[in-house]
Formats: sequence, C-alpha cells, structure tokens
Amino acid sequence: MATIQPIAGTNEQHPDVALVERVRAGDVSAYDELVRKYERQVFRIAQHITQNREDAQDVVQDAFLKAYEKLDQFQGNSKFYTWLVRIAVNESLMRLRRRRTGKMVSIDEDVETEEGSVPRDLADWAPDPEQNYSRTELNRILRKTIKGLPPGFRVVFELRDVQGLSTEDTAEALSLSVPAVKSRLLRARLQLRERLTRYFRRKKGVEK
Amino acid sequence: MTCSEFLALLDDMIDTPELRADLKDHLACCEHCEVTLNTTRKTIEIYRSHQIYDMPASLRERLHTAIMARCKKGC
Repeated sequence: MATIQPIAGTNEQHPDVALVERVRAGDVSAYDELVRKYERQVFRIAQHITQNREDAQDVVQDAFLKAYEKLDQFQGNSKFYTWLVRIAVNESLMRLRRRRTGKMVSIDEDVETEEGSVPRDLADWAPDPEQNYSRTELNRILRKTIKGLPPGFRVVFELRDVQGLSTEDTAEALSLSVPAVKSRLLRARLQLRERLTRYFRRKKGVEK
Repeated sequence: MTCSEFLALLDDMIDTPELRADLKDHLACCEHCEVTLNTTRKTIEIYRSHQIYDMPASLRERLHTAIMARCKKGC
C-alpha cells in the first residue's frame, strides 16, 4: 500500500497524483485513501465558514462526491488538496447563503476593520496561559474568539497557520491574490491575539 | 524603525526564527513590539495544538462510509 508522505523535493511527483491516477483507472480504494487523508481538514474549513455542524458534515460529503465526479477536470498542475479546498469552500459558501436566505457571502470581500491593524491591548500574557483553563473551557474560548472574525479571515488563518499551507496554495485554493492572503493573515493573527489577551493576560497581584 | 514598520513585517517574522538585525534592534528597545510578536506566535501555537473543530471518530466513520458507498455506485 502506498504511504502518504509529504514530498521531499519539488521535482518529485506528489503522492496524491498517483492516487488520483489510480482512481481515474477505476480503483475506488485509492479514493478511499484520499478521503481518509483529507476529511478532517475539509470538515474544519467547512466549520470555519458555515459555523454550523450539520452544514459542515454536508459539505464534507458533497465536496468529496463532487471532487470524485469532476476528477477528470483536475489538472495535475495544481495540488489535489488545493483543488479540493476550492470545491469545499464553494460548497460551504452555498450552504451559508442558503441559511442567510440568499444574502451574498463571499471570501474575497475585503472587510475593512479598524480592529487588528494596530495592537491596542499590549498586556503581556501569563506563561503557558492555556494551563489556566480546562480543555473544554479553552476550546470554548478559542471557538468564540475565532468566530468573531470575518469568514475570509478565519479560513485564511486555518489554511496558513493551522494546516500549514503555503501562501501561494492558500491564494490558489481561495481564488485570492497573494497580497490579499498576506493582508488577511496579518489582520487575522493580530485580531486573534488581541481578543485572546482578554483571557490570557498576566494577572497583577492575586486575582481570581 | 517605527512600530508600524515593524508590524508590517510581522508576517515574515513569524515564519522565520532568525530575525534580521534591524528587527532585532527594534525589539531590543520596544517592549510593545516584543509582546506583540511573542503573543502572536503563541496565538498561532495554541490554535495549532488544539483542534477546535475535530471530527469525532463515529462521525468520521459514518461520513466516510456514506461517501465511499456513493462513489462505488458512481455517485
């Protein structure tokens, strides 16, 4: 069985390409490997955009089925995952629009926010501040914090900083320019930092 | 270097552990930027190490089975 490892050199063929070729040749089990490899990442992207668990589950199913149907259209010059993310983002936006009764929602709309461009709360954090919260509580804080950002910021942060995609791949997956990804990422990082400071700041004296 | 100029380069600093000399100089005399850089790095690290939208194994299995069943039927 082929193991899926990141490619070492840029000239080597990405392992996903071989899997895609096997699927095209009629080997459905190769698609099973691709689904297992990426289903969790796709679910997270869908959650970030839709903010709704049922919608995110539907997006995972629909995105993988659509990718399977359209596999002939996949060009080897982009990465399979980047191509899959693009499908998942479109599916997520469609779900979001449906919930918002047809209101246009887009990733490329540039949201001008005062907040985040210049840090205001400059308090330092406690050492290992996450240790002050239970896992459940920390999870709640992290979700609540990122939920306050525009969808386009959330998904850029998830792809670049959490999933570790390059700026170029993130731009391609979201149909954004590289400068747009950079600008959103910077603002997303600064806004998250600012909002988390409310919870993680170094306490003065003895405080409960 | 001003704080604004420093912040504009924050993106590159986060991805590069070894800072340029002029950035190091600014950090050495600006506590605000030092706090901003360190807490921004920490923000990323926390989100990276806590998967806030992880799929429970049962859901993963159910979705996976449903997807593969439809693919085998030709969708």
